[in-house]
Formats: sequence, C-alpha cells, structure tokens
Amino acid sequence: MSSARLRHAASRARPLSPLFAGKKLEGLPIIVVFIALIAVFTALAPHVFLRWPIYDSFLVTIPPLLIISLGLTLVIAAGEIDLSFPAVIQFSGFLFAFCSLQLGLPWLGLIAALLGGALVGFVNGILVAVVGVPSIIITIGTSFFWSGVATVLCGGLSYALPGLENTPIANIFAGKLLGVPAEAFWALGVAVLGWFVLNRHRFGEHLLFIGDSRSVAEVLGINVRRERIKLFTLMGVITGFASFMLTIQNLNYFATQGQGTLLSALAGVFIGGSSVFGGSATMVGSVFGALIIGMLEAGIVATGVAGFWVEVIVGLVFIVAVVLHIAVESPASLDQLRRRLAVRGPRPDQATKEEIP
Amino acid sequence: MTSGQALPQPAYTNIVEAEKLCVSFGPVQALTDIDLAIGKNDIVGLIGDNGAGKSTLIKALTGVVRPSSGRLYIRDQPVDLGRYSVRKAHALRFETVYQEKSLGEKQPLWRNFFAGRQIVNRFGFINVREQRRIANEILQSHLGFRGVGIDADSTVANLSGGERQGIAIGRAMHFDADLIILDEPTTALAIKEVQKVLDFVRWIKESGRAAIYIEHNLAHVHALADRLVVLDRGRIAASVRPAELSLDALTRFLIDLQQPKAGIAA
Ligand SMILES: Nc1ncnc2c1ncn2[C@@H]1O[C@H](COP(=O)(O)OP(=O)(O)OP(=O)(O)O)[C@@H](O)[C@H]1O
Ligand SMILES: [Mg+2]
Repeated sequence: MSSARLRHAASRARPLSPLFAGKKLEGLPIIVVFIALIAVFTALAPHVFLRWPIYDSFLVTIPPLLIISLGLTLVIAAGEIDLSFPAVIQFSGFLFAFCSLQLGLPWLGLIAALLGGALVGFVNGILVAVVGVPSIIITIGTSFFWSGVATVLCGGLSYALPGLENTPIANIFAGKLLGVPAEAFWALGVAVLGWFVLNRHRFGEHLLFIGDSRSVAEVLGINVRRERIKLFTLMGVITGFASFMLTIQNLNYFATQGQGTLLSALAGVFIGGSSVFGGSATMVGSVFGALIIGMLEAGIVATGVAGFWVEVIVGLVFIVAVVLHIAVESPASLDQLRRRLAVRGPRPDQATKEEIP
Repeated sequence: MTSGQALPQPAYTNIVEAEKLCVSFGPVQALTDIDLAIGKNDIVGLIGDNGAGKSTLIKALTGVVRPSSGRLYIRDQPVDLGRYSVRKAHALRFETVYQEKSLGEKQPLWRNFFAGRQIVNRFGFINVREQRRIANEILQSHLGFRGVGIDADSTVANLSGGERQGIAIGRAMHFDADLIILDEPTTALAIKEVQKVLDFVRWIKESGRAAIYIEHNLAHVHALADRLVVLDRGRIAASVRPAELSLDALTRFLIDLQQPKAGIAA
C-alpha cells in the first residue's frame, strides 16, 4: 500500500513561528481602528457619542453602503472589481420608484429592483467572463450606460414616495424593531450570509481560487466562466437590494442617487483589509470598514471640527488602516522598511555597530 | 484514502484512447494526429523535447484543453469532446499531477486538497471539519516531505517547491483513480522524495491501475514504463517497449531526433 511506503520516517516537528501559532481574529486591525475611532469621538464629543440618537442615525444611513461593500468583497475576492454599482443604485431605485408610484405595486418594485440589478450584473459578467474585457474597464462603460438609461427613463426627475409611509414593505425594510432600525438587521443578515458564502460555501471558495489564479482554478475543475458570471450577477442583485433600501428609507427616489458612493464603498472594503490582488478577502473587515467610512463624516462634524476637514481625516484613516494591515499581515515588509530607514538616518539611540568607530 | 482493496473488475481494455487527436492554440498546432491507447494496467512513459507537446497531450486527455479535432474514448466509450471537462475527468477517475502550478497560493491546504470537488452538504456549504481532518491525514500518511510542521491550515505560499509538488502528489493519491497522470513529478524533489514517487509509480502498476508518466530522466522512465511513447514537435515519433530498446539506444534516438533531418526517419 502506498501510504505505508510513503510514510515519513521521522516525525521531528519544525516549530511554528509564533506568528502562525495562534489563529488570528478576522479583521482584528480594523476592529482596533474602529474602537479607537469611537473612543476619540466620545472623548471629543461626549454629549453626542454617549447618547443613542447618533447610533440610531448611523444604523439607518450606513446599511445600504455596507451591503454594497459586502457584495464588493466577493467581487474583490475573485480579483475583479465592479465600478458600475452607483449606476445600479440609480437604475434599480428608479425601477422600484416607478412600480410603486405609477403601478402602485411596491412589492413588484422590489422584485424589479433586484432583477434590474441582476440584468446589469449579468451583462457585466458576460462581458468580463465570455468576451474577456477586464472588469475595471468594462464596468466603467456599463456604469455610464445604465446611469444614462436611468436618467432617460426618469427624465431627470425625482419621485417622492410619501404614499409608502407606514406600509408593510416600508416597515419591514425601513421601520424599527425593538427600537433599532430595521436596516441594521438586514445589513447584519446579509453580512452573516456573506461571510458563510465567502468562507464556507463552494461558490466562495471558487471565487477565492479564481482570485488566486485563474489558470489554477481551471486546472482544478472550477468552471471559471460560469462562476464569474454568477459573481457579477449576484453583485448586481445585492446592489439592487441596497438601492431599494435607500429609496424606501428616504421615501424618495433622487435622480442622482448613487453618485458619490463609488469611493466610499470601495474604501470600506480596502480599509477592511481585503486584497486588491484577489484570493483573500474579509467580510468582517468590510463590515467594520463600511462602519468607519459611514461614521466618519457625521462623527467629525459632531466633534466640532469644520466640515471641510472631513476628507483629510477620511484619507488619514484610510492610510493608517491600510498600513496597519500590512504591519499585521506581513511584518516582514515593515521590518525591511525599518532596517532601510535605520541605515539611512539612524537616530543616536539606534545607531548600529558599524557606525560606532 | 488510496486503498489496496481490489478494484471492481474493469470491463474495458483501454482506460483511455486518443484517435487522430489534434490540438491547436490559435495558429500554433501543438498536437497533430495523436493515436494513443493506454491499457487498463499500462504504465506509459511519455518523453520528448521541451515543447514537444507532452503537457498539452495530457491536458487534452484530462479536459483542461479542448482538442480541435479527433476522437477520445474512455474505457472504450466515445467521449463528447464538446462537453468534456476537468470535472468529468475527475468523475471518470482520472487524477493528474500537473507540471505547472495547480495549487491556490493564498489558500490553506484543506481547501487546496478539495478545491473543485469539496465535501459539501446539499446547500453547497463545505464540511470544513471533515476536509481538515482528511487533509491532515493525507499529510501524515502519504507525504514524507520534510514539511513536518505543515498542517491543513498551512498556506501554500509558505511551502517550498518540493513541498508543493508533494502536496499535489498527495492529492492525486488520495482521490483513488484508475488513471494517474504525472507530469514531471520529480523535477523539484530531492533524491529521497524522488524514490517515493518512483515507488508510487510501481504501486500504480501493482495495484492494477494505469499511469501516464512524463519524465525527462530517461533512466527512470525506462526502468518503470511498460511502453515509451516519444513525442516530437506534436507528433508521435515512436512507441516502443523498454525491452526492445536499451537505455543507450533510446538516448541516442532522442538526440538524433533533435537533428532536423533525422526526425522523421525513425
Ligand atoms: N496555452 C497555450 N497557448 C499557446 N501555446 C501553447 C499553450 N500551451 C502550450 N503551447 C505550445 O504548445 C507546444 C507544446 O507545449 P507543451 O507544454 O505541451 O510542451 P511539453 O512537451 O510539455 O514541454 P516541456 O518538456 O518543456 O514541459 C509549445 O510550443 C508551447 O509553446
Ligand atoms: Mg510539459
């Protein structure tokens, strides 16, 4: 029997490096940043951050973008990117508003929003996986296209939807449960499901392998083409849902909705620690990344810093978070940096032996 | 686990047979009119120059590359080439250790052993505990590679070249197959590990299975194979039994092949 023949003679163990000894908590660096941020905000504006209302408003405003970040996490795990989701926010939101207002069928509107997102995503998927255009290029194109389609369809007009107030659909998706905004529960649900899909489902594993190397995935028998089409379609559906949520919580469809979300949603994912190169991504990281991005603006304003500092601080937090990830994930690269800095300009207390005559 | 149990008596003569198989990559014709039959207990050594088409041939046989024309029979049954895939080849009990990368770099071993054929429940969720357990078992029982201290959670990126090769071989051993294809399995290995691979090929023979064994070390293939198939620029240049051709004669034959004129004369 082969196993007997190939059995290893000795079992001398190579000690694991201490870094790999314990399992790391997923998303730990970003959770630290998140807690630090809350602490800073609370210290600077206790009257705001020690009371519930600010959190209540966070739990309303953050979920749509957070849900999109979760979808993007899957896309980025596969080494792809989707820049067309702002257009889906516009397009799917219109479909929902149209069905609700003109047809009086909000539930049909929800389905239309999801299907509209699926259509956009499916087209992206075909263009990426079958035609072979890099997703970063083609989703710029489809973004213009679907945003244009939405603008043509709505005639550039916004739709007020006051009639939906207190309807079952509004209460289920944008009401309150136990005093907490319903959106928060939906976001949590999508996050948990997303975590299981990425980390425990066959589909998520296929995405990770595709992100790692497409040719390896093919050799392993993964249907790369089909999985990528599925991925983009799913991303469209998730964005369609987020757009529906945004529209129903505002009781309004804005012809410009979705604009300005592109960088925020992507920032949430990358702050969270997912790799732009694909093959590794973290749902927990994306949740906290999106929370941080969503909190920053309101938080900074509440602390009394002038509003135009917001972007400076967002940029700083982004850079700190990303560097922190590198420090935790690959300490070697930071060691190298430290050594290089030490050689160039040693502080007196760090002078190396060679430099002491 | 690869077991020594008697396999069900196969009711076929050839595990795989290619007939006038051609493969082209755009304008490049990598394989031309390949006729090759592999019996149910044949060890076929596939040799030839770099770029002769050896890897391409096994990729065509395992569904990675789609032939441009020709026919393929598996267990004497014709295969629909348009629908043939790696997945089908796995289901038909073919296992391959590919020459180039076949492991996900950033993924742990428990994923790498099973990617493409995970142990899942009916909703498609992976049984991580079971995959981990089996992965550790494979690491302990099949693999003697120096990577003790490697476990199911180790990431491929942290392994040496030989360790990776070992993982790919262990994976092929685990999924008990009727045809095992080894594409230069010993290139990255130290002598001791090479011996283990050679033992593995012998075991394939003894246990009644078939193998395609690609190897540049002529002494190894000459000693192990039932038949040697020489590929030259995408065509089969010769198919001989080792008994009919000494190692020296084989070496000379291959060197002569490289002279432009002598190629077809053989
Ligand atoms: N995906 C591909 N696209 C284009 N050409 C390819 C591709 N794969 C292989 N080829 C070409 O087909 C020919 C045969 O390649 P193959 O990998 O089968 O050679 P080989 O016999 O395995 O060589 P080696 O001993 O170096 O591994 C080569 O000329 C190679 O350039
Ligand atoms: Mg090769």
